[in-house]
Amino acid sequence: MPTTLHNEAAIAGIGQTAYSKNSGVSELSLATECVRKAIDDAGIEPSEVDGLVTYTMDSSDEVEVARTVGIGDMTFWSQVNYGGGAAVGLVAHAAMAVATGAAKNVVVYRALNGRSGQRMGQGVSGNIISSDLIHWSWYMPFGLLTPASWIALQAQLYMHKYGATSEHLAHVAITQRKHAQNNPNAAMYGKPMTMDDYMNSRMVCEPLRLFDCCQEDDGGCALLITSPERAKDMKQKPAVIRGVTQASFEGQEQMTSFYRDDLAALPEMELAAQRVYEMSGLSAKDIDAACLYDAFTPEILMQLEAFGFCGKGEAKDFVTEDSLTIGGALPNNTHGGLLSEAYMHGVNNLAEGVRLIRGESCNQPEGVEHVLVTSGVGVPTGAVIFGQD
Amino acid sequence: MSDKKKEALEAEIRTYVGKPIGPPVTGRDPVNEPMIRQWCDAMGESHPAYLDAATASDTVHGEIVAPPTMLQAWIMEGWEMHEGYDEPKNEQHRLHKLLNDNGYTGVLGTNTEENYTRYLKLGETVTALTVIDSISEEKATGAGIGYFITTVTTFTNQDGEDLGNMSFRVLRFKPADGGASQAASDGGGEAAVAQKPSRIKPPYGHDNGWWWEKVAEGDCLPIQRCADCGKLRHPPRPMCDACGSQNWDSIEASGKATLHTFTVIHYPQFPGYEYPIISAIVDLEEGERMASTIVECAPEDVSIGMALEMLIQEDEDGFKIPFFKPAS
Repeated sequence: MPTTLHNEAAIAGIGQTAYSKNSGVSELSLATECVRKAIDDAGIEPSEVDGLVTYTMDSSDEVEVARTVGIGDMTFWSQVNYGGGAAVGLVAHAAMAVATGAAKNVVVYRALNGRSGQRMGQGVSGNIISSDLIHWSWYMPFGLLTPASWIALQAQLYMHKYGATSEHLAHVAITQRKHAQNNPNAAMYGKPMTMDDYMNSRMVCEPLRLFDCCQEDDGGCALLITSPERAKDMKQKPAVIRGVTQASFEGQEQMTSFYRDDLAALPEMELAAQRVYEMSGLSAKDIDAACLYDAFTPEILMQLEAFGFCGKGEAKDFVTEDSLTIGGALPNNTHGGLLSEAYMHGVNNLAEGVRLIRGESCNQPEGVEHVLVTSGVGVPTGAVIFGQD
Repeated sequence: MSDKKKEALEAEIRTYVGKPIGPPVTGRDPVNEPMIRQWCDAMGESHPAYLDAATASDTVHGEIVAPPTMLQAWIMEGWEMHEGYDEPKNEQHRLHKLLNDNGYTGVLGTNTEENYTRYLKLGETVTALTVIDSISEEKATGAGIGYFITTVTTFTNQDGEDLGNMSFRVLRFKPADGGASQAASDGGGEAAVAQKPSRIKPPYGHDNGWWWEKVAEGDCLPIQRCADCGKLRHPPRPMCDACGSQNWDSIEASGKATLHTFTVIHYPQFPGYEYPIISAIVDLEEGERMASTIVECAPEDVSIGMALEMLIQEDEDGFKIPFFKPAS
């Protein structure tokens, strides 16, 4: 029985639907399409899949997906909580199942009509939430109703403390927009952005402008996780999981961890970093590319620090016009990310991590050995490092 | 609605932007004393400059003038308006009918802005030209998804002299509540007043209801306290994370605080809130932290670390909530 998840599982298939602003189909349709594509990508039959994992926020239940796709007997399923924080958790749950023999081939998925259906950017209101309504009620009456408003509070303090400016945030947004110009599946394909475009975009929640915020999209994205041994007999070059963890830190709340000593840091990401580096035997200098969760641009700066790519408060010096792209210190979100590809709640960032290992990114850097992918910022989260077989 | 159908609808409504709704409309009567008097009666206006020729002769105008806010009244079409838009009579009607026929059956006036160039004199005739100025992207609002339509009307007299202008914005929407809000806006009056949106309220549960009740009853800011070890905690929770005790009481905070961090919120805008909002995390003097709103302070004057003091804000619907303002 393995004691860690180091090299115990691999991503052998990825699948995605078209990303759009109005899919015109059900979320179950999107879910089953991306799941089926991930299975086809791996080159196995639906009947060989015996586990499914998704988000608690997803509306397509595991058995509905299984029955629709033609997946037969299942011995493992689970759902991971906390919105975008769940992304890596899906992989962690699937890897645990594969490593322990609870299941052989697990598909993880997220599918949403995030623009034409229930929109994340519209925030919370009484009729959407149930059990955690009281939690949100400490913020809603005061006007703090949207993810942008919650993150803005942290970003304002971070920028005040370390002197980061809108220009630094702009480099993140503009670089990822540039990446999307080579990605025909990206929502922002064909829509390049200049510094002027960025600066002229309207203030949403100061210091966040419109282009500091990710989009809202319809679509689905799925990954197939299996053992590295079985992956060798499948169709694609596998992305082996060198280390994976979920991470929630003392004082954690969902988007509102405002009661800790230092709000200008991401201690749950520091915990995730410590865990994945220890599990993989790697460190920041071994990471060749990343897909850091990018619902909002300041999150990238804070994660660069949490994962040791630079010191605390130094991300503003790390982030330049070309540091986060091919040839730069850390090519990041080479597909465009949530900001410019699509808001698939982070699963599309995991899919890009796999493509980077395969050498199939639309902006492929040379010699990628290890890729770091993270999930939601400000929520209980996680991190994973993919490596070559 | 399919993507294609929606694209077609959006393309069609965009063709209305910039169009006059029809030819200029001239008021049925010139500016006259009887109408001024009736309008003043209806509005409760009693200034003699509008009503009494003797007093008015001593004003800078030298004669009776019309109240500036009456500007639009001179060109109103009267009883015909009740017939609605089923038979469109102008471009504005056609635009509304197009949206109505596509499911955007709700309509709410959202805001209007008027500018007056000068007072109108007796005998002048008023002509108005209304142009469809802009149509927003589709927006999700509390009432439902829809489009904000803004018209701009310019007013001139018989010699083409500028008298003022007015912009008027309506929301044309698909009712989110299956039509109840539409019924209210059609009914107007009391029903519409009852629908006036207010801030989102907390649910009153075991763990938090008492806090809001104390705010309302005592006009104070309570902080929960462990009844065994004395540790303070906010937001309230059912167990002390230091000693495990489920016994608690509360203290009244002094109301003194410093600003830990803040954001000025511009979008999206929810019904029941006034924007921009300065939302904040404050450090209470007692050591606990809480989310709140900063008032009586311009956004540009807010700074991290500033001293604050609590005040109890009472909304129009009677809801009380602790806000903060710069310390005096």
